[in-house]
Amino acid sequence: MTPPRETVLARIRAALTDVPTLERPEDVVIDRSYRHIDDEPERARLERFIERVREYKARVKVARADDLSRAIAESCAERGVARLVTPADLPDGWAPPGVELIREPGLTNDELERSDGVLTACALGIAQTGTVVLDSGPGQGRRAISLVPDYHLCVVFDRQVVGLVPEAVVRLQAAAESPARPITFISGPSATSDIELNRVEGVHGPRTLEVIVVTELDVS
Amino acid sequence: MARHDPTTNAELMSREGVPPLPTKQPAMSFQDAAKLSLGDSQLRFNMGKATNTIRGKRVKVVEEMPDWEALREAGRAIKDRTLRHLDKYLLQFEASVARVGGKIHWAADADDANRIVADLVKAQGAKEVVKIKSLTTDEIGLNEALAREGITAHETDLAELIIQLADERSSHILVPAIHKSRAEIRELFRRTLENTEELTDDPRALAAAARAHLRKKFLTVPVAVSGVNFGVAETGTVCIVESEGNGRMCLTLPKVLISVMGIEKVVPTWRDMEVYLQLLPRSSTAERMNPYTSFWTGIAPPGDGPDEFHVILLDDGRSKVLTDRVGRQALACIRCSACLNICPVYERTGGHAYNSVYPGPIGAILTPQLVGVENAGSLPYASSLCGACYEVCPVKINIPEVLVHLRGKVVRKKQETLRGQLAPENVAMKTLGRVFASPRRYAAMQKMGRQGQKLMVKGGVIERIPGYLGGWTSVRDVYPIAPQTFREWWKQRERKVLPKQPPREETRP
Repeated sequence: MTPPRETVLARIRAALTDVPTLERPEDVVIDRSYRHIDDEPERARLERFIERVREYKARVKVARADDLSRAIAESCAERGVARLVTPADLPDGWAPPGVELIREPGLTNDELERSDGVLTACALGIAQTGTVVLDSGPGQGRRAISLVPDYHLCVVFDRQVVGLVPEAVVRLQAAAESPARPITFISGPSATSDIELNRVEGVHGPRTLEVIVVTELDVS
Repeated sequence: MARHDPTTNAELMSREGVPPLPTKQPAMSFQDAAKLSLGDSQLRFNMGKATNTIRGKRVKVVEEMPDWEALREAGRAIKDRTLRHLDKYLLQFEASVARVGGKIHWAADADDANRIVADLVKAQGAKEVVKIKSLTTDEIGLNEALAREGITAHETDLAELIIQLADERSSHILVPAIHKSRAEIRELFRRTLENTEELTDDPRALAAAARAHLRKKFLTVPVAVSGVNFGVAETGTVCIVESEGNGRMCLTLPKVLISVMGIEKVVPTWRDMEVYLQLLPRSSTAERMNPYTSFWTGIAPPGDGPDEFHVILLDDGRSKVLTDRVGRQALACIRCSACLNICPVYERTGGHAYNSVYPGPIGAILTPQLVGVENAGSLPYASSLCGACYEVCPVKINIPEVLVHLRGKVVRKKQETLRGQLAPENVAMKTLGRVFASPRRYAAMQKMGRQGQKLMVKGGVIERIPGYLGGWTSVRDVYPIAPQTFREWWKQRERKVLPKQPPREETRP
């Protein structure tokens, strides 16, 4: 009996007899005349990012770099977070005072489940779609820590915010090539459109997403 | 054993004894099944409400994209390139996945794929799996196959959970429970889930009930099964697009992950994702971006995601679709469901009448090609050919073109038998073909028709044609043949002979 692999490949080749043998994949022209770079000034881009993250019913707050720790502590206090999950490499100065830190590595699902929230950095923000991207880089930790807790507090620096999806994809090429760096695009809190095709927030992922945008620019 | 044809819409919606694709015997025709759906006024209300909501939202998020048409064209071209060189890209994908620690399995058909999954689950000593919503695993009947092996599959997507609890078939590729209203879902949850006595029909409360029900499963079940939205040949990266977080749960918490991927889901390069990440969310749930999109490349470091990762590359009829030069574009489909939401036929009948896990316009061209027109011959006619589906398709699949092409195949299939050749429809069409081929016969037929129609014309129109053609006039009036045709007028017109003009004199300076 022919192994399925050979069966499938033989069927595909038999199906493609109309494709000239000399044709190479790159001979099939792909016109990439869509937008690749956003030419908006930085301030407008950042404002768009904030507006679009908010449209997903995520909370957004703006802080200056020297005010970041206060902003984090304030968010945790507002939310009533007592036990906060953090990645092992949480940047210095981010840990809010008066909150019990549950620090990676090695946390069990149960510990994540019993926490009140998680604090992470991110790889990128995308203004066009109001997305934050995690790629297992610095300050982000493994995937489960930003998933199981019910509250995700995510810090984005203005220099990390790109305009368009293609700009983000280009920057993520190295992560995509690496098994060690799974990528997650997060656009608002977990949601579903499964009941009458209306979006409602809050299913299995964190039901509250809060983003702190760090910038010296005067945006709100 | 095949069940009898359904006689009510509730029977039509039921899962019992129905294969996911109409492979084993010709299914009830779409037109007959549609009559059952159309008789269900609750269903029509639910469908109308849902499709209208999503259509309005889709237009808004598409219109804010100045480069939408360029993205559609790129989306089409990337799929075209991939399909024309599919063997090369699959081999590249196989090598890339192996390089990053994943294992590729090939499945020629549904049985192959189901057996591979069952064996992998049994090798773990597991009795349960958690599942991310996956049309491909619906198509191969994976849950039923696993049940026969004593393995329980828990659907974790909200809509999939709803129809699994209701024991109903899917009616939409993205939102399988689109035919259910919130009140119906509340009743279902109160009947089937624990601690739901106080449950209201607020969608938020319904989602919370599903969250509570599934939480423990995510944290304890050792094997997850998913489909695949995109597999990148260059890097071996696999992509899952979702909303609820059930996908992320399944992808990261269990020890073993098995992803079933149709062979057409491969894309050449990572960069190609920049196109589909823009096209898919706006076309499917009408969002700028869906809540969660996950990419992983093989096995992540210990503690982050599964220790074992398997991809099953599934053919199951796809190579047959690839053979058809017109029909092959159906394989470019990224399963967004925009064509379902816009379709005036689907909006009214809902998905069950299509008798396939792939309903709507895309189903009408995909199902007959996957299982053969002899098993789904009514589906290419489940359309008014209005073309709205083509207009909204993010990868520019010319659905009307394929529908017409498949109608031709249905007719030629019928003509293969003597019975088909002698059928009134075939005889009538053959005769008409001869009439239209000759101006003389055409004129003679018009004269005959003018005599024959005299008794039927009332108030300038024919309201009812008797006999075989009666079906055509049951929903529309026909204009009678004119008292004088253009050709007759042309022959009989008064010929004024104009006096010959002298040649104009050229003027010289």
